[in-house]
Amino acid sequence: MVGEILIRVAVGGAMVSGFALLGDVIKPKRFAGLFGAAPSVALASLLLAVKTQGRIYAAIEARSMVAGAIAFFVYAYSVYWVSVRYRTTALVATLSHLAIWVVVAFGFWLVWLKG
Amino acid sequence: MNLKVKVNFSVLKETNWYEYATRFLIGGGITAFAGIVAKKFGPTVGGLFLAFPAIFPASATLIEKHEKEKKEKASVNPGFRGQIAVALDAAGATMGALGLIVFAALTWLLLPDHETWVVLLGSTIVWFIGSVAIWRIVAGSGRRRCVEERHRSA
Repeated sequence: MVGEILIRVAVGGAMVSGFALLGDVIKPKRFAGLFGAAPSVALASLLLAVKTQGRIYAAIEARSMVAGAIAFFVYAYSVYWVSVRYRTTALVATLSHLAIWVVVAFGFWLVWLKG
Repeated sequence: MNLKVKVNFSVLKETNWYEYATRFLIGGGITAFAGIVAKKFGPTVGGLFLAFPAIFPASATLIEKHEKEKKEKASVNPGFRGQIAVALDAAGATMGALGLIVFAALTWLLLPDHETWVVLLGSTIVWFIGSVAIWRIVAGSGRRRCVEERHRSA
């Protein structure tokens, strides 16, 4: 279990860092922002899920990821809107709006995925 | 609005080692967390966290900090420059998230019957091309609006 967690930390950390570096070096900023929604955690997790649990299990995770990604879209748009409208600091805008991601993602889970 | 994409490696020097370490740990942490949640509550709950905005708060905070530092170095009042940079980054992430929805849907539908690496590589390419296409449409329409406004005011 500890070994699997360490592998997840290493693979996930490497994927996220790689996409974040791409976002750093690319301009303009709005284009670089695309990499903020890169499938970095997903690639690492799905690869490991296929290896340990099989493709069907990973596909079920991917189906739930559709709901998570819709929640990400709502989250990112709300951070954009609040930054433009109220000029809030990055920390306040990005952390306080995580609640929106949780509500939307689990809302979809309740009405669509929970079976 | 600028449609030209440039690569600037000198930006990497502005980031400290602990900022890279923070990203690595957050990314690794959320990947491990998603795995633990999937084990405890099943893949339908764990899968939600594959699209958790893990790195976005750290990246946005970094962007704001670097933008402020740049202005202060040039002895210019940063004003709201940091917040504007974060807003632009969030706008980009919004477009990237639309691509992420397509990535997840393709992976869900194709993974059971096709090679894993083909599906994941293909979905990633579709995420990138789709996100860039959306960005070009949005940025292009913004540029057209600017030109029209300039014509009107001239």
